[in-house]
Amino acid sequence: MAGGDIAAGARITATKASGERRLRPYLMFIWPALIVSSALIVFPWIFTIWMSLQDWHIGSASKFVWFDNYTNLASNRRFLEAVGHTMYFTVLAVFLPMVLGTWAALVFHKKFAGRGFYRTLFIMPMMATPVAVSLIWTMMFHPQLGVLNYLLSLVGLPPSQWVFSPGTVIPSLILVEIWLWTPFCMIIVLGGLASLPTEPYEAALIDGASQWQMFWKITYPLVLPFLVVALIMRTIDALKAFETIWVICNGGPGTSSETMNVYLYAQAFAYNQVGTASAVVVVFFAIIVALSLVLLWARQKAKWN
Amino acid sequence: MALSYRTKRKLRKAWDKTALAVSVAVLLAPCLFVFFWMISLSLKYDIDNTAWPPVFWPDEPTWDNFAKVFEESPMFLYFWNSVQVTGSATLVALLLGVPAGYGIAKAKANRMAGILLLSRMTPGLSYLIPLFTMFQVLGLIGTVWPIALTHMVITLPIIVWIMIGFFETQPHELEEAARIDGASLWQAFRYVALPLARPGIVVGAILAFISSWNNFIFGAVFAGRTTRTMPVAVYNMLTFESFAWGPLAAAAIIVMLPVIVLTIVIQKEIVQGLSAGGVK
Repeated sequence: MAGGDIAAGARITATKASGERRLRPYLMFIWPALIVSSALIVFPWIFTIWMSLQDWHIGSASKFVWFDNYTNLASNRRFLEAVGHTMYFTVLAVFLPMVLGTWAALVFHKKFAGRGFYRTLFIMPMMATPVAVSLIWTMMFHPQLGVLNYLLSLVGLPPSQWVFSPGTVIPSLILVEIWLWTPFCMIIVLGGLASLPTEPYEAALIDGASQWQMFWKITYPLVLPFLVVALIMRTIDALKAFETIWVICNGGPGTSSETMNVYLYAQAFAYNQVGTASAVVVVFFAIIVALSLVLLWARQKAKWN
Repeated sequence: MALSYRTKRKLRKAWDKTALAVSVAVLLAPCLFVFFWMISLSLKYDIDNTAWPPVFWPDEPTWDNFAKVFEESPMFLYFWNSVQVTGSATLVALLLGVPAGYGIAKAKANRMAGILLLSRMTPGLSYLIPLFTMFQVLGLIGTVWPIALTHMVITLPIIVWIMIGFFETQPHELEEAARIDGASLWQAFRYVALPLARPGIVVGAILAFISSWNNFIFGAVFAGRTTRTMPVAVYNMLTFESFAWGPLAAAAIIVMLPVIVLTIVIQKEIVQGLSAGGVK
């Protein structure tokens, strides 16, 4: 660029097209990552969509069947039940960590002795290897010898079957999800709390507002954009939850905790039904994108209000 | 009798303090209990592990479970596999991701950042079927490289995400000064912005390392007998010895140990790093 004045002038006149103009020189930084990530994402996508139109069992020849895999899914009871399990699981695995994470963020935002230390302890679960954590929970859930039933007996509650009964398996898995991912929600909300101005609180204190009023009238609206970010991330991750369910109960007992992700894993790698599994992937991704768009739209609203 | 303003304030302060202490205790109890139970299981003989009522702490702690894990499975091999997979996936992601984060932050190309969200939304399994087929054709199944390549799906978005947040808060006056002195865009990045970004790079690298280390599903599909990563190896122990609780807990500790250590190293920056990315 020759002449600072011309450049400055161009910058002012080109405010509208500034995105374009500013991007070009920086593209050389971006394109290597862009090419690699599109290769890693786009190639599998084209392949998946193509396979979802085939009747293909690994080991035998594939046959082009148009949309048969999709229409079959619509009447596949096991798949429809898996969709139901996914929704039930996701609602609980999003809502509860969000509420507890917000509470934890409010607590760890206060200044007290040893805060850094306790906060580090609190975020340990989200860093711990989920497969290893699931293993420990599996042992804790054991109906006869598990420590959880012992703890229940200490407070006078009857023992539970935990992950060994169809009725309690999903709520039990939710306990593990809460344990693992509450710290994640806490960290995002904590970032929001750290960016809050202090003036409204001082004014509210002078006016004699209660803690509860200050939370709902000041903190909540200001932190809302952060809550929505945590909500979007958590929803995506909860829909995709796999390791806890697979390690702890394999989608069982029977198929009572089989979510879409577990169902498609079984189809692809246990039954080698690549065509069906690919169709499930496409439907699954469509659901994730649709939900994310709804939440992103909610985020825009949260920003403008 | 009305309380004086002073006592009222004192009471309120005492109440706040107790509420805070109770909250911290309630929040931390489940977290600590699971870790405590894991350690307890790993230090007890199986006779104590299957006793009722449960034995909370053994009279004589034993290291036998850890010894057994190393005796019965080639843990060092699995450890080395994990190091290769996670190390190479993190290094390549740094090479590609740090410049990309810089470019996106400086050009304010937020739409590019949206692509990252897309890669997070894509179910991991959708990568697996096509890549599995492709690697089979290429004859790479049975080596660690397919696993390392798929782990890039995890490490690259994390590093770009963290670096965008980091470079956006970096003052750009220094680079502009370098540009006026005749440095190219690349030189300004390489000699000015990059050295200043070292703390951010460390946080991004460690967070990427942790997520990749913890990943199970890619390894579960692509790993053969000799190429298992640590989480896959531990999962396999579960299916073979579901009642040997002591060795299982010991194996769980061995897998987690590097991650726990790294978390402690960057504990302060984790909160900053992760929440900075969240604002976008």
